[in-house]
This record gives sequence, C-alpha cells and structure tokens, in this order.
Amino acid sequence: MIVSLTLILLAQLLGEVAARAAGLPVPGPVIGMALLLGFLVLRDRTQPASTRWLPPPLVDGGLEGTAKGLLAHLSIMFVPAGVGIVGKLDVLASHGLALAAVLTLSVTLTLAATVLTFVAVSKLLDRR
Amino acid sequence: MTGEFALWVYLSRTPLLWLAVTLLAYAVADRLFQAAGRHPIANPVIHAIWMIGLVLTLTGTPYRAYFEGAQFVHFLLGPATVALAVPLYERRATVTRALLPMLAALLVGCVTAMTSALVFAKLAGIPYDVRLAMAPKSVTTGVAMGIVEALGGDPTLAAVLVMLTGMAGAVIVTPLMRTLRVEDMRARGFAAGLAAHGLGTARAFQVSEVAGTFAGIAMALNAFLTAILVPVAVSFLR
Repeated sequence: MIVSLTLILLAQLLGEVAARAAGLPVPGPVIGMALLLGFLVLRDRTQPASTRWLPPPLVDGGLEGTAKGLLAHLSIMFVPAGVGIVGKLDVLASHGLALAAVLTLSVTLTLAATVLTFVAVSKLLDRR
Repeated sequence: MTGEFALWVYLSRTPLLWLAVTLLAYAVADRLFQAAGRHPIANPVIHAIWMIGLVLTLTGTPYRAYFEGAQFVHFLLGPATVALAVPLYERRATVTRALLPMLAALLVGCVTAMTSALVFAKLAGIPYDVRLAMAPKSVTTGVAMGIVEALGGDPTLAAVLVMLTGMAGAVIVTPLMRTLRVEDMRARGFAAGLAAHGLGTARAFQVSEVAGTFAGIAMALNAFLTAILVPVAVSFLR
C-alpha cells in the first residue's frame, strides 16, 4: 500500500511539475494519470525483468488494489470543495432560479448530445 | 471564558473536528443513499454538503476554517485522478476500440456544454461576469478555475458553478439515459464524465466499472479541449 501510494503520488508530483514547467492548460493529476498509464504499459512489456526488479506491490496486484480503493471513495472527495457553495449563496440567491434552470438545461443537453453522438458513431462503425 | 467555550475554540482550530464532521456527514449521507436503493436523488455528495453547510452556518464557522480540516479529504482528489490510469489500462482493448466514437462525442459534447451554457444564460438575462464563470462549468474544478481566472473572471464562482453542474449531472444522468434507452455503458459513462466531470465519474463508478473508466477518460479529454475552446466561445458569445 505504501509503495503503491508512493508511486501514485510521484506520478502526480511529476505531472504537476510538467504542467507548471510547460505552462500546459491540463491539470497536473491528469498528466500524472498519463504517466501512471505509461508505467503500467512499460511494466507489462518488460516482463519478466520487471517482476524481478520492482517492489512486489507494484507487480502482484497491490497497485491495482490501492488505485481501485481510492476510486471507490471518489464521491467523498468532492464534499470539501462542494461545501464552498455555502460561501457563494449571495450570488446564487440573486440569480437563483435562472442559474439553476440554465445549468440543469445545459447539463441535460450536454449529456444527451454526448451519449447520442457516441452511440451513433459506434453503430456506424459496427455496420461497416 | 467558560469551559465548554474554551474546548470549542480549541477543537475548531484543529483539523480533527472538521475532518470528523466531513466523514460523519458523508457516512450518514451514504447510509441514506443505500437505504434509498442508491437512487440518484439520494446522491451522498449533495446531502453531505448541505448537512455540513448547515453546521457551519449554525456555528458561524467560516468556510476557510472548515477547509483547514477538510483539506485532507480534498487532497485525495489528485491521487484518485492519477489512479484512473488503472481501470483505463485494464480495459485498454475496449477503450482503443471505441476511439472514434469517443473523439466524436468529445467534440460534440464539449461544444454543446459551452455554447448551451453561454446562450441560455444570456437569454435568462444573467450578467456577463457570471456567464464568463459559467462557460467551463462541465470541466473539473481546478481547470475551470484556471480558465476563468485567465479570462479575468471570478474563479471561486466558477468552482461553485462547476460543483452545481456536477451535482445536477450526477442526479440527471441515470434517469435521462433510461429515457433515451441507451444501454451502452461506455457511452453512458463517457457522457457523465464529459458533462459532469468528477461527480459524474463518481456516479458512473457507482453504476459500473466500464462506465467509470469511460467517464474518467471523458473528464480528462474534456478538460484539455475546453481549456482551448472556452476563450474562443466567450469571444463569440459575449
């Protein structure tokens, strides 16, 4: 668990550094995700050497377990930022109804447009 | 100073109190969510947020003081985003096969998210500074704040609008997909992550791991594309 968390944090750290250094509009953790993905690809391409040299948790499924453990609790991680809404109640109150209507309408439209495009294109490709 | 008051002052200054309150509120909200048969309206994030908000209002605690404690939970968002690589890697065959549908859906979804928000907000008579903060509303908080700040808007307001969008999306997605009769979990997840960022992704993981994986990809890709397109969209739809 410690080794797996270390690897995840290192990927995030490198991601943050890369994002700042290159002035990329992508957040550090997203670059960290790409780096971890790269690690997993390399790990499996370099079998059996990687199994011999890497710490056991990174090759015996420990890393996968830690990552999935984090993702299983993704919801709670949004609570602290979400409570920030309380501090903006004045703006929300002055445009409350209009704001709620616009956000709900827009998110519904976005969900529908995205899902229908996805389904349409994948059906088109399947038919060929 | 009475004894209880001194204790309160002491506790409210340590991270322990607000960390405990955050976990407790979420535990209660999650229990209710399970009892309600995981119905989207019982979304544990939403109910934990208003419970904590109520506690803060009643005790007169500023948000900054609360965040001092709750930041430990907030911090985990970064590592969790990195962790998305694992389900992505495990399902790489499914993902590469869906490359074209994903790219098409990304483009359509990203443009719809921005233009619909800007156009509807203008029609509703919402002032320009609020509209500006609304443009990247479907993107994960950190990126949305950065985009709005670069355009001279209010990043805190942007964060709030992002959260509200995420909550709305997380509640709407399942009933909407049922109405549209979409059963493809890849498409459902992708839409959830694109329209409602991390909250949509969290919701998708509650439904299925395939949906969650595609939601994570959509969230990452949309953050990238929106950062590029928002300045363009805002200049067109002032």
